[in-house]
Amino acid sequence: MTSPVFERVRGIAADVLQVSASQITPQSSPDTIGNWDSVHHLNLILALEQEFDTQFDPEEIDKMTSIERILEVVGGKVQQG
Amino acid sequence: MNTPELRQEIERLIASGDAAAASRSLAELWAQDASASSASFVTARFEELRAKLDLRPYRLAILRSYTVEPLIPMLRAAAFVAGIDLTVQLSEFNAYVQEIVDPGSQLYPFQPDAVILAVQTRDLAPDLWRDFSHMSGEQAQSTSSRVIADFRSWVRSFRTHSQAHLIVHNFEQPAFPSRGLLDDQSSSSQHKEIERINRELCGLAAENAGVYVLDYDALVARHGRLQWHDERKWLTVRLPMAAQNTHHLVKEWQRFLHPLTGKVAKALVVDLDNTLWGGVIGEDGMNGIKLGGEYPGAAYQELQRALLDLHQRGILLAICSKNNIEDAQEALRNHPGMLLTPKHFAAQRINWTDKAQNLREIAKELNIGVDALAFLDDNPIERQQVRSQLPEVCVIDLPTDPMMFARIVRECPVFERLTLSAEDQQRGTYYQAQRERDELEQTITSREDFYRSLQQEAEIAPLTKATLTRISQLANKTNQFNLTTRRYTEAQLLEMVASGQFHCFSLRVKDRFGDNGLVGVAITRDSADVCQIDTLLMSCRVIGRTVETAFLSFLAGHARKSGARRLEGWFLPTQKNAPAKDFYPLHGFAILKEDSAGALWSLDLDEKSLPCPEWVRITVLNGDLQ
Repeated sequence: MTSPVFERVRGIAADVLQVSASQITPQSSPDTIGNWDSVHHLNLILALEQEFDTQFDPEEIDKMTSIERILEVVGGKVQQG
Repeated sequence: MNTPELRQEIERLIASGDAAAASRSLAELWAQDASASSASFVTARFEELRAKLDLRPYRLAILRSYTVEPLIPMLRAAAFVAGIDLTVQLSEFNAYVQEIVDPGSQLYPFQPDAVILAVQTRDLAPDLWRDFSHMSGEQAQSTSSRVIADFRSWVRSFRTHSQAHLIVHNFEQPAFPSRGLLDDQSSSSQHKEIERINRELCGLAAENAGVYVLDYDALVARHGRLQWHDERKWLTVRLPMAAQNTHHLVKEWQRFLHPLTGKVAKALVVDLDNTLWGGVIGEDGMNGIKLGGEYPGAAYQELQRALLDLHQRGILLAICSKNNIEDAQEALRNHPGMLLTPKHFAAQRINWTDKAQNLREIAKELNIGVDALAFLDDNPIERQQVRSQLPEVCVIDLPTDPMMFARIVRECPVFERLTLSAEDQQRGTYYQAQRERDELEQTITSREDFYRSLQQEAEIAPLTKATLTRISQLANKTNQFNLTTRRYTEAQLLEMVASGQFHCFSLRVKDRFGDNGLVGVAITRDSADVCQIDTLLMSCRVIGRTVETAFLSFLAGHARKSGARRLEGWFLPTQKNAPAKDFYPLHGFAILKEDSAGALWSLDLDEKSLPCPEWVRITVLNGDLQ
């Protein structure tokens, strides 16, 4: 998976979670990345909202528990926009 | 350079060990993209570099009733870029009262330099926010009175435990008052009640040194009440603003951080063509340039108005322009649209030499460091040249639309001041008098004749309520003629003087060209037979005219009167205080000891005298505090 959206999400996740971009894969989640705690999760959500100029619903945020699931939500927003 | 390329460049510079260049590129990245994700990148890189950079450490505690965690990396990134290494401590949610009142809480052992109290209407006065239409006028008033009384007691309590600066968020107005249009028609109104709290908070700040109000309501209004909130974020994660607005609050905090840490510009150097007016004077002529009350000249007048406001705030203005001097002077003096006139500019460089060189000369002429200059120019190439040759200058980026110019200047945090002394407002005229002094000096051949002709008067007074602000300001920003560079807040000064151990004196200098204002501070620590000079500093604009000797002579007299047999003083070298290095030996002091911090000098008062120069007349006033 190397879509442009994935690359943008990967860059943001790498910055916010303070790991190298190569460590971010679709399977990355709080279980695989040590830094990914609740504070970093909120920072990540806000950084994504800034980057894609959108606001996620609480239901969507609940779903965003891995990079793959973040991509599903963000992908839907980008298509709508 | 675009962002990914810039990031690669930064990694390359860090790997090569060039910390200064990496730091400049990080600043460029932050200027291009101040997002949450860049913030993490920028702070992580600065943390790697911090040992190699000359950063000012600063400790900030935030007491809050809501989520601010995502703002902290952004605040720290902005601070790093401004040369401040910020350590932030967050209180637990809604624990701010315990934190303030309990001396054993985590707040005071953290030893903050500044504390932000970030609370909001809906947490502190939920009934005013939510249930106003059910309240009687008396109930509403008693609620706001209770809130104000709480704040008063918190500030009192805070001051018994800490001398740190305290920044209090004021109360936000609701987008829709409970009573709709009726609200503003009634004698008891939600809007007025919240306004009353905010007015009282300003009063509280005015009465307490080192307490400031952050106008949160104006911040929200500026960015649009309805755009500010993302109600779902408030309800789910207690974040009271949308992701897109987090950086606005960060910027507001940053506006306080600059004056608190002394990262401010003392002078703004401006370009002329296409900056102070539209067009090029040398080509378009007096009738061709755009400057006036109507479109499109109004944009430039708005910028001039913003510059006049800075001038009133004590920020010096100077011109640096590539122009024929006659053309430029004609417009400066005689164009009917000019709001600024030649008397507003403390220095001018209108020539064809490069701007970096001109800026160096301007700094020298104004007797300030190059790092105290800000630079405003519409031409990105000039800005780049100054940035690369003088990285310590604050270069302000202007967009292509001149309608934006005034706003950019008004938003720039290096021009913020938290206190304003009479000296600040008069600063422009001091520099005019200085030019006249310099001219006199050149016509008189003997130095003693020159000193005599100045007719200098030194007025020395103990610390008073009226001079407290200025004294603390000088203690915090004087870098060059400063023997010990010890920084004291207003609250610390009051405490030192109240202890009876310290005496604090101010020096005001007048001469035939006018009043130089309050330009010197000395603090002595008096013990049995030694009087030690804790602090001695003077503004550079009066140095070299022997008033420094007069001030020291007064201190020797003070020491004798209080029974001391020795007058001592440290010289603690910094990167900037070389002008004060030989001050004690030149006045007959002998070295007592020397260590890695500096040298302690001593004058035996039984053996040596320290006369006041005959051409300086000293007057000593009484104070109202000591």
